[in-house]
Amino acid sequence: MLRSLSVDSLMPYAGVVLLILGGSFFFPQVLSADYLSQQLQIAAFLGLLATGATIVILLGHIDLSVPWVLTGAAILSTALVGSGNPVLSALAVPAALAFGALIGVINGLGVAILRIPSMVWTLAVNSMLLGLAVLNTGGFNPKGESSPLMIAMASGDLLGLPVSFLIWIALSAALAWFLTRTPFGRYLRSIGFNEKATFLSGVSTPSVVFAAFAIAGMCSALGGVMLAGYANQAYQSMGDPFLLPTIAAVVIGGTSILGGRGGLFGTVGGALFITLLTSILSVMQIDDAWRNIIFGTIILIMLLFQTLRKGAVA
Amino acid sequence: MADYMKSNRREVIAGVVLVALLATYLGTHPRGASTYVMTIWANQCLILGLAACAQFFAVVVRGIDLSVGAVMALTNCVASYLLDGSAAGIASGMVAVVIVGALCGLLNGLIIVFGRIQPIVVTLATASVFVGLALLLRPTPGGAVNYDLADAVTLDVLGIPTALVITLVIVAGFWLPFRRTGLGLGLYALGSSEQAAFQSGINTRFIRLAAFTLAGLFGGLAGLFYSFVTTTGDAGIAAGFTLNSIAAVVLGGVLLRGGVGSLIGALAGAFILKTIASLMFFSGIPSLAQPLFEGLILAAAIAIGGADVLRARNKLEVFS
Amino acid sequence: MHFGATRALDGVDFQCNAGEVHAVLGENGAGKSTLMKLIAGVLQPTHGQLRVDGRDVLLNSPRAALNHGLVCMFQELSLVPDLTVRENLLLGSPGAGIGWLSGDSLARAQDVLARIDGAQIRMGARVSDLTLPQRQQVEIAKAIMKRPRLLILDEATSALSASVVERVFGLVREERDNGIAILFISHRFHEIEALADRVSVFRNGRRVETFMKGAYDYKEIINMMVGQKIEELFPAKIPVGSDAEVVLDVRNFSWDGRVRDIDLTVRRGQIVGLGGLDGQGQGAFLMGLFGLLRKAEGTTAIGGASTDINSPKQAKQQEVGLAYIPEDRKTEGLILDQSIRENLALAALGRPDLDAGDGALYASSLEQLALRHGGLDLPVSSLSGGNQQKVVLAKWLALKPRCLLLADPTRGIDVKTKTQIYAMLRQLADQGTAIVLLSTDYEELIQLCDETHVFFDGEIIASLNGDDLTPENIIAAALNVAPESRAAHG
Repeated sequence: MLRSLSVDSLMPYAGVVLLILGGSFFFPQVLSADYLSQQLQIAAFLGLLATGATIVILLGHIDLSVPWVLTGAAILSTALVGSGNPVLSALAVPAALAFGALIGVINGLGVAILRIPSMVWTLAVNSMLLGLAVLNTGGFNPKGESSPLMIAMASGDLLGLPVSFLIWIALSAALAWFLTRTPFGRYLRSIGFNEKATFLSGVSTPSVVFAAFAIAGMCSALGGVMLAGYANQAYQSMGDPFLLPTIAAVVIGGTSILGGRGGLFGTVGGALFITLLTSILSVMQIDDAWRNIIFGTIILIMLLFQTLRKGAVA
Repeated sequence: MADYMKSNRREVIAGVVLVALLATYLGTHPRGASTYVMTIWANQCLILGLAACAQFFAVVVRGIDLSVGAVMALTNCVASYLLDGSAAGIASGMVAVVIVGALCGLLNGLIIVFGRIQPIVVTLATASVFVGLALLLRPTPGGAVNYDLADAVTLDVLGIPTALVITLVIVAGFWLPFRRTGLGLGLYALGSSEQAAFQSGINTRFIRLAAFTLAGLFGGLAGLFYSFVTTTGDAGIAAGFTLNSIAAVVLGGVLLRGGVGSLIGALAGAFILKTIASLMFFSGIPSLAQPLFEGLILAAAIAIGGADVLRARNKLEVFS
Repeated sequence: MHFGATRALDGVDFQCNAGEVHAVLGENGAGKSTLMKLIAGVLQPTHGQLRVDGRDVLLNSPRAALNHGLVCMFQELSLVPDLTVRENLLLGSPGAGIGWLSGDSLARAQDVLARIDGAQIRMGARVSDLTLPQRQQVEIAKAIMKRPRLLILDEATSALSASVVERVFGLVREERDNGIAILFISHRFHEIEALADRVSVFRNGRRVETFMKGAYDYKEIINMMVGQKIEELFPAKIPVGSDAEVVLDVRNFSWDGRVRDIDLTVRRGQIVGLGGLDGQGQGAFLMGLFGLLRKAEGTTAIGGASTDINSPKQAKQQEVGLAYIPEDRKTEGLILDQSIRENLALAALGRPDLDAGDGALYASSLEQLALRHGGLDLPVSSLSGGNQQKVVLAKWLALKPRCLLLADPTRGIDVKTKTQIYAMLRQLADQGTAIVLLSTDYEELIQLCDETHVFFDGEIIASLNGDDLTPENIIAAALNVAPESRAAHG
């Protein structure tokens, strides 16, 4: 576990501290418990998606189906609740998770068996899901509502902390344990570095790929369920704005886009950093244009900092 | 010829598919193969085609450019200020728009080469910056483009859609000669085997910089042509084009591992993608089911391309 | 010049004159290739100076070396696989920049190709579709087309048949007589004999001696290269009776028409060698045993029990007990970015009966192989090639395999490590492990193996043991000619 605490994974946390201090200089309310608690709540949505993305990126792949897995899970769960049938309503969350896992397996099928680059295959899966959603909802915002459980998961409080944050951290911790303490985690990183050598060491690499994409799909689905709980509805394209920030959160957290190197601890920091950055920029009432520019520039600076540091070591 | 067919198998297949799709499209279109139908079709195709060209230059050197759509948005917004007024002003405006695109690409390249960061991550961040700049120029869609010029570029020449003439010029006037230059071959060498390229005495840094600059330049051309089609500037167009440009190059037989494929393939892929979408429109499939069919066709096309590996007799072959 | 923990070249003075063929000899890992890379501008020396025509030069890229007329034909081919032959030649033509490439020098390249029996290579063919010998012919044409002042041939002819080699030599002699300096690296003694004017011997990163050809005989040169007598490198063979227990028994192994009807028996105490030119089916055969080939036919029995193996995961399980040391340790055997400890554990991880985290699994083999490292948590890439190979071996020996398949395990490895590996293999054989050793090194096939099967075109063309196990017989079988006609091929 300690080894995953690389300098790269600590950087976003330093960034978070800087953002809070800098933000509070202009806007004292940034330091208020309410504001910070709200940020933790919101960060959980991005964080859950980034958790799944980290698993796939460690494997050396990428999952571009996040937006419509998220949206699909949200539509599915709210529709089940909206049916009014208590049994279906109770099944809303498990069904959404199962949906995420199923899409993960389909992603894994293209990547592990057909050997299609994940970037292309998951993109195609994403557009199929989009098509399904349009067909299913008629292009309008889907009807339905969130169950009390979904609302509690997204907006509840427990021991003074947002429930969504607790779910996210608990899931990250469990997966981090899984990644460092089980053969699966070792295989995942090994494949990220060198799939051929891992296969030749007698590892069933396709099963690892399947499992990783299934976990990622479930994370995206959980994010969708909770976002639906937060908004008390599902809506078309609700996942689209999350795709690129998700990848950014993973990379800023010190996980290499090439696979093998990195971990979930950094991703938690990365998701917090990006959420806070977005929030502070909007608190400062900077217009959309400058927000985009500053956002991109800061991510670039953090990435350059990572390579500069490595250059100094090497 | 046999050699050409063999080493360009993927482009040849893409071309055959395109011709078949186009024939079906024109056959099912209620107004048939009129200049009007062809012109609208060609304009839509060329916009994505130029975006796919941009993506091609990043992919051929083993990169991905997630800023293609953002460069288009930025150059589209720039164009909405510069493409009106005197003839000389418009001419220099067009040059300026393309230069802006090339500069965006150059910036990507500089960060990738000297910052030693993966292209996909760099362009993810710069895309945000470019969209921001576009929003600075056009917080809401607006501006104007000289109508006469726009008509000239987006209608037809002697019954042939101008967009197809432009496509032909790009292929015959730029790509085919470019393929014979040191830079053109250097791109392939770098993407195919960086080690071999380096040992052959190629300046790999320069080639990579040039590749991303060309990607930006074609992104600029795409933005420019988009401006002629829509005659307005809109900062919000980025999202769809980036991912579609990736799908297009793959459909056109360009391998994401680099070094394989051609600009012709990228164009063909984009045309295929757009033709499928147009075909859907007149196919009688309920409109709500069309996005699903589009997705299924895309997935099937890609999966068939991947089915080769199931025939590999040596399990290690699939790892390269 | 330092590489990781080892010094690839150490205080070497070396000189090559115009108008001579200067052969460089040495074991793998002796520093020859590093020297060539320095001259070709691929690497820069950490200390020292290079001079061309008496003037200090800085060769910080292959382009800079080319500009001084230093042209290298690398053993790792420098052709771009996805481009055609014509495009590769254009790319390497003299004065090629980023602009328009003229085809002026293509004619010369085609001339060269025609002279070395490569006229049938089509200019429009993609390099990845060419055979290895054809690629080498193109490499040679590409190098000579550049009109070099110094031409380095680094194992340039390793895949070529004897008659083509003779044509290449004719060309090289002609170039030499035109005043070009030629550095020639080869493992084949008769080639050195045929071509070299002067010879330098390298060992462990130092130049041992430079002399005119003929000053020493074969045995003396070998001793110079190895630092000891050949016989001392290899453990003594212990005769195995024909009644010894059969550990591995393969019958009628065939695959895809590329490997046909292979029978192979390994008895307790035996090391069985697989020889032949590159790509004659011996490598595929080993892979097939390990479950890497689809639709392979034939039966495999280990310890008398028939097994059907379809994947490495299955092959490594206790009830099968196979281990495979792949040919390329950097891309197939190891995960270079991970630590030594993680690499060691990767094979044992999937075995329910073993605790991969237990260091004791690996300790004894690491000790016997004397792994030199600065800590097991350092990346395996920090080790020298020889020590890396020890990690690969230890990783698989932790599984206590009943049958060990090795694909050229000593390629590019220093002599001391080789000796350690040989001793270890012999000991394993004596303890009852069946060992199948694919090798490109005749000495290994002769001195270490009890029996050697030579492959030609997918079949075992000769099985040699006892007094028949001689270099002449192996070479003759590898080329599929009768032994006495070998002289005709030089």
